[in-house]
Amino acid sequence: MFSFASFIDLPLIWGGLIATAVLLYVLLDGFDLGIGILFPFAPSHECRDKMMHSIAPFWDGNETWLVLGGGGMFAAFPLAYSIVMPAMYIPVIVMLLCLIFRGVAFEFRFKANTSRPLWDHAFHFGSLGATFMQGTILGAYVQGIRVEGRAFSGGAFDWLSAFSVTCGFALVAGYVLLGATWMIMKAEGPLQAWARRCASYILIFVAIFMGIVSLWVPYLDTGIRGRWFSPEWFWWLLPIPLATMGLFVVLFTALRRGRDIAPFLLTLAIFLMGYIGLVVSLWPSIVPYQVSLWQAAAAPESLSLLLVGAVIMLPVVLGYTGYCYYLFRGKVTNESTY
Amino acid sequence: MNIFDLDALLLARMQFAFVVSFHILFPAFTIGLASFLAVIEWRWLRTKNPVYKEIYMLWSKIFAVAFGLGVVSGVVMSYQFGTNWSVFSDKIGSVMGPLLGYEVLTAFFLESSFLGVMLFGWNRVSPRMHFISTCAVAFGTMFSAFWILSANSWMQTPQGFETQADGLFHPTSWIEIVFNPSFPYRFAHMVMAAYLTTAFVIGGIGAWYLWHKKHIPHARIMMGMAALMAVFAAPLQVVIGDLHGLNTLKHQPAKVAAMEGAWETETRAPFHVFALPDQEAETNHYDLKIPGAASLVLTHSLDGEVRGLKSFPKEDRPPVAVVFWSFRIMLAIGFAMVATGIFAAVLYARKKLFDSRLYQLWCMMMTPAGFLAVLAGWFVTEVGRQPWTVYGVLRTADSVSPVLPQHIAFSLVAFFTVYTFVFGFGTYYILRLIGKGPGTRADTFEQHSQVATPFIDPRKEGES
Repeated sequence: MFSFASFIDLPLIWGGLIATAVLLYVLLDGFDLGIGILFPFAPSHECRDKMMHSIAPFWDGNETWLVLGGGGMFAAFPLAYSIVMPAMYIPVIVMLLCLIFRGVAFEFRFKANTSRPLWDHAFHFGSLGATFMQGTILGAYVQGIRVEGRAFSGGAFDWLSAFSVTCGFALVAGYVLLGATWMIMKAEGPLQAWARRCASYILIFVAIFMGIVSLWVPYLDTGIRGRWFSPEWFWWLLPIPLATMGLFVVLFTALRRGRDIAPFLLTLAIFLMGYIGLVVSLWPSIVPYQVSLWQAAAAPESLSLLLVGAVIMLPVVLGYTGYCYYLFRGKVTNESTY
Repeated sequence: MNIFDLDALLLARMQFAFVVSFHILFPAFTIGLASFLAVIEWRWLRTKNPVYKEIYMLWSKIFAVAFGLGVVSGVVMSYQFGTNWSVFSDKIGSVMGPLLGYEVLTAFFLESSFLGVMLFGWNRVSPRMHFISTCAVAFGTMFSAFWILSANSWMQTPQGFETQADGLFHPTSWIEIVFNPSFPYRFAHMVMAAYLTTAFVIGGIGAWYLWHKKHIPHARIMMGMAALMAVFAAPLQVVIGDLHGLNTLKHQPAKVAAMEGAWETETRAPFHVFALPDQEAETNHYDLKIPGAASLVLTHSLDGEVRGLKSFPKEDRPPVAVVFWSFRIMLAIGFAMVATGIFAAVLYARKKLFDSRLYQLWCMMMTPAGFLAVLAGWFVTEVGRQPWTVYGVLRTADSVSPVLPQHIAFSLVAFFTVYTFVFGFGTYYILRLIGKGPGTRADTFEQHSQVATPFIDPRKEGES
């Protein structure tokens, strides 16, 4: 039985890997969920078909990062998985049901005749519901989970709070921005112009929500407040909110100047900044404020075996995922897809 | 019975049984279908016969629907362990987690990424690269089966771990965990079952086309390939199943006793063709048996001793009736598949494989056989493992999440409703694709996305 525990900090590395998987999920499935939320508001039927075509080759690969996030947490931090999932029972189940509806809509929509509006609705409300629930889960997670022994000890509706619901709305706005900027990159003509208007509009909401959540988080837990406002950390952490504000300004001008690709990349960067801010706040717990990465970690032998797989497979996975994005690069057309 | 009055354990088991039974239908179909598509595409590349391409286009659309349903029901599975079986997850995470992690890393990304190329990449990659993508998807389904069956088999025949003072399972040997005693048998049995499931679907559809004298060149290829599987793979599956049964007898004798409906330990044990096992009274009602047959099959000797259920403590016995009957359903379908192969071989020898109306009717009837057999087989092995989640080590009752029963009941009802709805439409769309049949060359390349797509009310929308 091999173990790398003697010379590397396995829980730390695995915390980093899971955090990366979740981030990739948010960025990748974020834009296709955002497309789903924007879907019914598009100016025409052809626009909607193009929106769908622009994400059809990618969506199930994107959703696989969610499986890696869940499966990875089970594998690397079983204790955290077994506390967080019962705590988030209702929102997780609702999110999964929503993902079912929007996932099957991709296939069903192009095969339906009379029932097509049904799958258009399934795609829209499924995407909206899944996004809102993901935001709510994130909010409830950041707020903290009650734990006794090795189990969740809170109530069934602990996850529901003003903060978690705010996070739900915030994520909806964020994913819409990702979706709109993705469409700016992938579309031309009226669809692109419409996507640009959507992005400029929702940008304001994203900025407001990010501001509210950022100011709210330090008041959830004294540890977080202490970290962000402590004399030795303050100046080191200050660049995160400043860079975020700067990115918003650059994104605003990029949209005004009619840039194609920059808005999407800038939105990814804004998400990254928000994510770094969260990681800084939660560090080093994996069940916020109760269980640390090291307490929740699986056996060192398990983490070592997984690490071998991840070191070999993750670059391969990223390689062919990149290949697929490269293959379907450029503006989306109505060419033969389904 | 009111579902909201049941206890959390029973509800959690019902929910898991439901979502996993639903899920397994899709992998069981797509494992075989991916390989079928790879073979068809290879034939197309070699022969340049457009019929192969048309078969490919038809079945790849069906594959996409089935795969989509498999993905969405699979995402649910990856969260079920945590939401409903959190104590189990906490205890066995270090042992089973890596197996599931490897499944995601080696299989899921491979399948979902290259499926995009398979479906949408025709004009963007060379035929060779397209074929490689199909093969990548087929390999992905195999890798996935490998890891998930290894994990399941470990729960049936656990080894390579130690239990620590805090109740957590600690791995001691990965080779022993991954290649646990029942894994090779279960893997071979399941992959073969998946191939047969797909073969009987494809054969049944081919038969239906021939029956209606439609798409005859396509139908002959489909039926011919399916007949090959019935002739060679079905008997092989019986042999693998027998070996798997002997392996189970060695490691999980209580399961075999339930499969046989054997209460007493005896030599010359009979095979019960029909019986109503009674768990309370520890006996069978309306028993119809073949003397000595169980001993012969299980020990390969008439005088072999078969251990009965009474030799196990009451609290360690699985629910007998479910296991007993699922086993008989699986067996009956298995032998019907072998019979199909014999039927096909006889017709082939007489050069009538594509002419016999009776054979076509039989193949149409056998279309869903594989799905039923797969479900019945999983019921045998999973219900037969009860009352344990990890056989002999961790009880199901000690695995369940501390979640209120009402919530599990509610989510069970929600899953049931949503799955029925979605599955109903999925089946309907697949049947419609089959009804339309393989297109002529022109429609294979021309797509249907130009059709206007009304959202809500098309009259209100001016711009399109």
